[in-house]
Amino acid sequence: MNPRLGLALGLALAMILQLCSGWIDSYTTQVIIFAAINVTLAVSLNLVMGETGQFSLCHAAFMAVGAYTSALLTGKALPALLPHLSWTGTSWASQLSFLPVLLLAGLVAALAGLIVGGPSLRLRGDYLAMVTLGFGEIIRVLLQNTNAVGGARGMDGILPATNLFWAIGVAVVTLYTIISLVRSTYGRGFLAVRDDEIAAAAMGIDTTRFKVTAFVIGAFFAGVAGALFAHAVEYISPEGFNFIRSFEIIVMVILGGLGRPVGVAIAAVLITLLNEWLRDFSEYRMVIYALIIILFMILRPAEYLAPYWYRIRRRLNPFTKKVPLS
Amino acid sequence: MSDLPLLEAKNCSLRFGGLAALTDVSLQINHGELVGLIGPNGAGKTSLFNILTGVYRPTEGEILFEGQSIDGLPPHRINNLGMARTFQNIRLFGSLNVRMNVRASFISRMRNGIVHSIRRGRSFRTEEEEIQEEGRKLLAYFGLEAASHHPSRSLPYGDQRRLEIVRALATKPRLLLLDEPAAGMNPTEKEELKRLIGQIRSEFGTAILLVEHDMKVVMGICERLVVLDQGHVLSRGTPAEVRADPKVIAAYLGESHQEQATEEVR
Repeated sequence: MNPRLGLALGLALAMILQLCSGWIDSYTTQVIIFAAINVTLAVSLNLVMGETGQFSLCHAAFMAVGAYTSALLTGKALPALLPHLSWTGTSWASQLSFLPVLLLAGLVAALAGLIVGGPSLRLRGDYLAMVTLGFGEIIRVLLQNTNAVGGARGMDGILPATNLFWAIGVAVVTLYTIISLVRSTYGRGFLAVRDDEIAAAAMGIDTTRFKVTAFVIGAFFAGVAGALFAHAVEYISPEGFNFIRSFEIIVMVILGGLGRPVGVAIAAVLITLLNEWLRDFSEYRMVIYALIIILFMILRPAEYLAPYWYRIRRRLNPFTKKVPLS
Repeated sequence: MSDLPLLEAKNCSLRFGGLAALTDVSLQINHGELVGLIGPNGAGKTSLFNILTGVYRPTEGEILFEGQSIDGLPPHRINNLGMARTFQNIRLFGSLNVRMNVRASFISRMRNGIVHSIRRGRSFRTEEEEIQEEGRKLLAYFGLEAASHHPSRSLPYGDQRRLEIVRALATKPRLLLLDEPAAGMNPTEKEELKRLIGQIRSEFGTAILLVEHDMKVVMGICERLVVLDQGHVLSRGTPAEVRADPKVIAAYLGESHQEQATEEVR
């Protein structure tokens, strides 16, 4: 499918769901919003881990940066600057005023990504994992010890500005951005870097630049997702963005098939739903969750489904040239 | 075109701690020339490749590409200046198909970057088509077009080597460094390779530095040879001169076999 068409359809779907939001009960709305936020997180991490092959353990930290930035903006900075702005209103103007907040949250997270990624992406594999793990902890501890953002108590009373349109819209834009990037000659550079860094450099590809770019774009969308999350749950604390949260996103990327944005998005939705269904088994929840993930890792359904998916896509695409399959 | 040599390595040494991989090696390659680099295993051929292409920095000495020092430049910058290489152990991009392996070589020269790739405007589409066409031509010229949609790892061994050469050529180099391109090839494939190297020179005018073990391949096509042994330049000259050099024969087969070897090489 043409990425641009997908973008238009996705945004239209987000709009339609938002217009129908009166008929959707609040629990379902909440689950859809969480699923969309997870799609954003997983697809953006996929660019770093799946496409570029850099093992990053601090995606939740970028999310925290975005969440706190946006919470400070809507809670403190903007009311002081623009006292008449209403955030929870239903008018288009008040809805749209959330957009600059999201963008700013993303940009601050991207800046954090640049600061961590710039020096550390010269490292490889395990070493990079250690640095990103360390960065994630630094962010968490910093937030815990900063009284201006509530310290370990966190921030509450955040405006509920996240709605279906923003959550789904951001997920769709993330998918579009990453897919169209990867499906271009320039974007194949990410895969080339993952496959063989030495060969990529020998073919004139600036590997450090590609790695930092992937990291910064990934951090940007993680920041936006963090802002959406903060304004959906109305309460954030440093513990919500710890290493376990990063790991959850990594699981989504691996289950969806590294380097397959659509698969990763589907995995993100399924894991969100799985988390919800397992609420009924409260004390066994984590056990069942772990078992299902282990089973998925062993069976790797994404890998088995990939050839079928490829064939279906070819059949659906009227422009596919008839090339014999190897 | 200037009268400066294309590539000049002046008194280069490379040491890893106490181990001297290269000692005082000088090398000169002119525009359009085909130079062979030979030597026994461990002589330092690949080390020399690695300092020329920026993988390692020489401990001593200087490397000039068209009169410009390339000391300490990272590999991708050296490639952008016009030097491309292949690898002794094939290093194709495994998750990309044949076509995409070649297209990856165009990235450093692209007008469109990330923003254009996301916006997908007219200039993006035009450039994608240009690159696709240029890549297709290159693959067609080297007889790999039929396989262009195949995963690069599924190609037969000889074709993988050929694809590596095509991928290197797609960066439009003025100097192509081939690291043992005939390794693991059967005699037919070797003949094919010799023809291919001839084709590259006639079609693209690229100068080539060829590292090779197979004497038949090297002697047949190179204009000049440089012989390395234990990190030193042992001999240099035309194939005939090198073949007659007793030092070369001794290095390859040992002193005592010299007489016998002279016969064999002839």
